[in-house]
Amino acid sequence: MSAELTIGFLPLVDACLPILAREHGFAEDEGLSLRLVRDMSWATVLDRLLYGHSDAAHLVAPLAIATTLGRGRPAQALSVPFVLGLNGNAITMRPELARRLTSPGTLGDPIRAGAALKLVAAERCAAGRPLRFGVVHRYSSHNYMLRYWLAGCGVRPDHDVEITTVAPPFCADALEAGEVDAICVGEPWNSVAVERGAGEIVLMTAQIWRRGVEKVLAFKERVLDERRADVEALIRAMVRAARHFVDPEHWDENAAILARAEYLDGDAVLIKRAISDRLLLAKGSEVVPFPDFMFQYREAANFPWVSQAEWLYTQMVRWEGGKIDPGEAARAARVFRPDVYRSALTGGAEPLPGASSKVEGSLGQTTVVGTQQGRMTLESNRFFDGGVFDPADLEGYLASLP
Amino acid sequence: MRIAIVDESASRAAVIGEGLAALDDCEIFVVTERRGLVARIGEIAPDIVLMDLGNPSRDVLEEYFAVSRALDRPIAMFVDESDDEAIAASIDAGVSSYVVDGLAAHRIRPILDLAVKRFNAFARLQADLAEAKGRLAERDAVDKAKRILMDSRALTEPQAYAELRKTAMNQGRRIAEIAEAVVTAHQLMGGK
Repeated sequence: MSAELTIGFLPLVDACLPILAREHGFAEDEGLSLRLVRDMSWATVLDRLLYGHSDAAHLVAPLAIATTLGRGRPAQALSVPFVLGLNGNAITMRPELARRLTSPGTLGDPIRAGAALKLVAAERCAAGRPLRFGVVHRYSSHNYMLRYWLAGCGVRPDHDVEITTVAPPFCADALEAGEVDAICVGEPWNSVAVERGAGEIVLMTAQIWRRGVEKVLAFKERVLDERRADVEALIRAMVRAARHFVDPEHWDENAAILARAEYLDGDAVLIKRAISDRLLLAKGSEVVPFPDFMFQYREAANFPWVSQAEWLYTQMVRWEGGKIDPGEAARAARVFRPDVYRSALTGGAEPLPGASSKVEGSLGQTTVVGTQQGRMTLESNRFFDGGVFDPADLEGYLASLP
Repeated sequence: MRIAIVDESASRAAVIGEGLAALDDCEIFVVTERRGLVARIGEIAPDIVLMDLGNPSRDVLEEYFAVSRALDRPIAMFVDESDDEAIAASIDAGVSSYVVDGLAAHRIRPILDLAVKRFNAFARLQADLAEAKGRLAERDAVDKAKRILMDSRALTEPQAYAELRKTAMNQGRRIAEIAEAVVTAHQLMGGK
């Protein structure tokens, strides 16, 4: 008799791990039967989680924290025992704007492109038509990464440029219709815009923060407690799925699975580009490799570092214009549950870091780190501006930001 | 009270709207277009917004409610903590509701209850329709399979049907499934 778990998701490439855990039988091997429910908005994915239609959800990480802290609706504690991946998003602009920042088919440099953007933003403000960016949700890593980059380049979000919400499936439409000048979204939606000639990719979010936390698997805290054994079984199945996902030998097969009507209902060719870290930046140019565009497995990518939850909390406070509240900070930090991740994998072959929190942005090169089990090296985790986030001093960090 | 129904399915929106039109003192606005949605909601200035859960514009509209200081009266998702079951029922039915700040729960609840009833009724209609379509398709397949057996094995119609029934019983499957298999096999063998 296998235990059933229902998982909600949006049609994005980074919903891959639960899908592949089901399709390759990894979940079944752990005694789990997974049911996947696709929706078209994060609001609905979240409602289904909160009202028990689903047991777990593919979620933008900041939304798990916002829900726990009661932003937008009464607080309900969520728990994240597993990170579904790092980065995997890009900033795509209308071609005439993209070409002010970089040449077609070439990735922009975050600092130089930012300087060029600052000029255009000023021109557009002077003309009474401020630049307008689309992100997928206000509580998304897309929103925080975009804002981090803009502010770091001297472009003030909400003053010099507007930022609005656009649903991923309509990003290409919105660019084409001129409703927005740029979008920050996950795959395959950047590639869809490029294929249609509606936009050109200028930056990857991995250029803004080399190891930025992206989607997570979220549970209601109470459900996590009640179904602890099933949750840990799911973690083991998804780690196997992650190992499978990054293996070039399986890229075609996995792209074909994800493309199916019940999952992403998309084009396997575009999905494979994301999986293989090779994107077409502009129509008619050559595919460009960018290692670690998506980051699903190495360096214990799925480990829920408490410092990452805390970084997201600082950004939430930053853009709300508020102050760090120590009680809120503690609740935000507790959303990420490395203890559950460790418990699921202790005694196995997967490396587990010794610490549960780290100074984000501090590593400039490959570094060997202490572990609880296995061997582990971490590569550069830098922010584009060289910023360093020490979770021991949230207030100091917030004060240091532009 | 001004009620906006946001639904990309025009037929469902019509069914919900019709149900709510019976309420006293309520003005109903139906929005089925995704483009210009936010501007349209701004014009309507609703007291209550009802939106189907499958609508891809939910995040866009929630963002608008959350940050738009242009709105005279803030709107938030309706979550009645005193009666969580009612909200759960609306999520089950597939409808989310947003209300302006300060609107009393006792004024919202009858509207929400009615919307839930209408959503459920619409879902039943759809299910009935799908079932009826399925039954028609099944009958069609059985007729075709009988014709194939009558032509290829010189059976009478009752004999052909008996063959299908016997095979279905032997294999523990439904007659319609066997009929579909016969039709498919026939097509593969070059029949029309």
